Amino acid sequence: MSIQVRNISKRFGDTTVLDDVNLDVRSGELIALLGPSGSGKTTLLRIIAGMEVADGGTVLLDGHEALSQKAGERRVGFVFQHYALFKHMTVFENVAFGLRVRPKHERLGDDEIRRKVMQLLTLVHLDKFYNRYPSQLSGGQRQRVALARALAVEPKLLLLDEPFGALDSKVRKELRRWMRRLHDEIHITSIFVTHDQEEAMEVSDRVVVMSNGKIEQVGAPGEVYHSPANSFVYDFLGNYNIFEGWKDTEGNTHLLEYEVKEEEAIATQNTPRTPGWISRYPEISGLLHKIIPSIVPHARALLPQQKKKVQRSPQHEKPVKLFARPHELFVVKNPDDFEYIWAKVIHVNPAGPLVKVEMERRNGSVITAELPKEVVDMLAIKKSDTVYVRPKNTRVFEDN
Amino acid sequence: MKKASIATAEHPFIRILLIVLAVTFVGIFVMLPLAVVFAEALSKGLGTYSHALMDENARSAIKLTLLVAVIAVPCNMIFGLAASWAITKFDFVGKRILITFIDLPFSVSPVISGLIYVLLFGTHSLLSGWLERNDIQIIFAVPGLVIATIFVTFPFVARELIPLMEEQGTEAEEAAVMLGANGWQTFWYVTLPNIKWGLFYGVLLCNARAMGEFGAVSVVSGHISGLTNTIPLHVEILYNEYNFAAAFAVASILTLLALFTLLLKSIIEYYFPHEIKALH
Repeated sequence: MSIQVRNISKRFGDTTVLDDVNLDVRSGELIALLGPSGSGKTTLLRIIAGMEVADGGTVLLDGHEALSQKAGERRVGFVFQHYALFKHMTVFENVAFGLRVRPKHERLGDDEIRRKVMQLLTLVHLDKFYNRYPSQLSGGQRQRVALARALAVEPKLLLLDEPFGALDSKVRKELRRWMRRLHDEIHITSIFVTHDQEEAMEVSDRVVVMSNGKIEQVGAPGEVYHSPANSFVYDFLGNYNIFEGWKDTEGNTHLLEYEVKEEEAIATQNTPRTPGWISRYPEISGLLHKIIPSIVPHARALLPQQKKKVQRSPQHEKPVKLFARPHELFVVKNPDDFEYIWAKVIHVNPAGPLVKVEMERRNGSVITAELPKEVVDMLAIKKSDTVYVRPKNTRVFEDN
Repeated sequence: MKKASIATAEHPFIRILLIVLAVTFVGIFVMLPLAVVFAEALSKGLGTYSHALMDENARSAIKLTLLVAVIAVPCNMIFGLAASWAITKFDFVGKRILITFIDLPFSVSPVISGLIYVLLFGTHSLLSGWLERNDIQIIFAVPGLVIATIFVTFPFVARELIPLMEEQGTEAEEAAVMLGANGWQTFWYVTLPNIKWGLFYGVLLCNARAMGEFGAVSVVSGHISGLTNTIPLHVEILYNEYNFAAAFAVASILTLLALFTLLLKSIIEYYFPHEIKALH
């Protein structure tokens, strides 16, 4: 079922929850509505479901105006964050509910209902639990019952409100992988709400990033992550460091405060480059490239760099904020002549695929870097060390 | 029940003193009168006891009490369900006021509530002319008793259900609606099973009060033996006539009813503690 959301607005008292929202969902897509709490994502989902009434705008389901239809008539399956299972009914009865409440002339026979329910329970791997009550199931199992129950009425659209929000992280990861596979099998148009960016990225075909009742960006996970439309999206999708910088007349960005070897106030072009230490050890960079190709460019790419002295001309300087993710930083102990920031290591957390290094600048602000373990080991970075930091990849947002 | 903490366990002497004090109080003010009711009722033998109960006026009082309860309790059950459904499942203007008014009978003396109806439906009231013309007798008749009883007992079911339904929220109902259930199906298959013990508990308390109510009923009844006397009023009449054994015999019916209610109440509280909100 395709969905067109047109100019939907919603207010609760004085608060604008949705502000002129437009969204197109293609048939068969799996869409994530991603945003912090209060961004309006759940309200949008409930308006599409028909559980909430919009103040303005319209929703088209398969091209037909849907707002005049009652929730039960829209053929929409809804999965609630806290499952909303009927706790006095067995798993079987829960799933059968939607089939049993149909008007008499549309109702299936008992055998047909039984066959269908068991088929759905097999799909969600709960056929052995058909006789249990919800209270006898784990959170993940309950959510799967809720999903089977929603699917029983053969909806053309599946809406899920924070479907994994109440589960612990391990079950959550399992269940979302499972949901992705299920969607690949049954291809039902699905929209799920989440505040977890990792979840949105991992599961969906397209991500809709929302904040303050507005859609900030719609795009494939990679697109949203690598080309965020604005600082909000960038901020919401991961951790980052901010550096004060300036833009020269040619539009290149530079760090405002940095240190190079004494007396050498050289600022260089902000073209992607490899740090000095890697150029000095091409065999290491080759090795690192094998392990982590995305982070360390291959030795072949390590050509002599073109240096260009840029005269600082304050009258043309435009102050900007430079954003860099923790994994987009170079950390060295012996700086070459690029723009580096002096920092002191205050914490090293080696748990995880990348080592997290926290550093403090002279001005007291903290920089967080995520470095491959090999790099940290090679440089022997430990607490209280003095290091030099350079962002290898920065972003500037016009809205900032 | 929470297990007693060791930190608050006092010196044995104080503990014993407090326990003895509590038990003595319950003994003097509850157990003793209870025993007296049955002792007095049976003081002149089983013959007198059964005679007092088989007496025509007594039988009519029992019948009337049952009749009033049979009308008032279902009325309040429906009212309580409707009010708690309205209050917990949707928003409307005046919701807070409605909640406040539901509590009114608890804060008004029953005698006053009886008097209100006398002033409303009695001989010199606003409605008296219309009522007389249409030959409708409310005060000093069964309708008055029913109305007064409904007034006094209407908070019981609503007070029990509102917090329970508030806590359960609307998600299960929303789920049912999304699955295509209509309003009636949603209520019957989803809401009612979740509140049935709370509802039963509320009805039980409502019934106990409906059968035992004295003040409001006394004002509107007119004390016509065999016609408008309920059990509590009949007990009073017998007592005022110095017919102690008979008075206690009839009173023992109410006492048994109270004990039976208490028993059922304890059973529900024990097995369905979560659904009994009035306790918390």
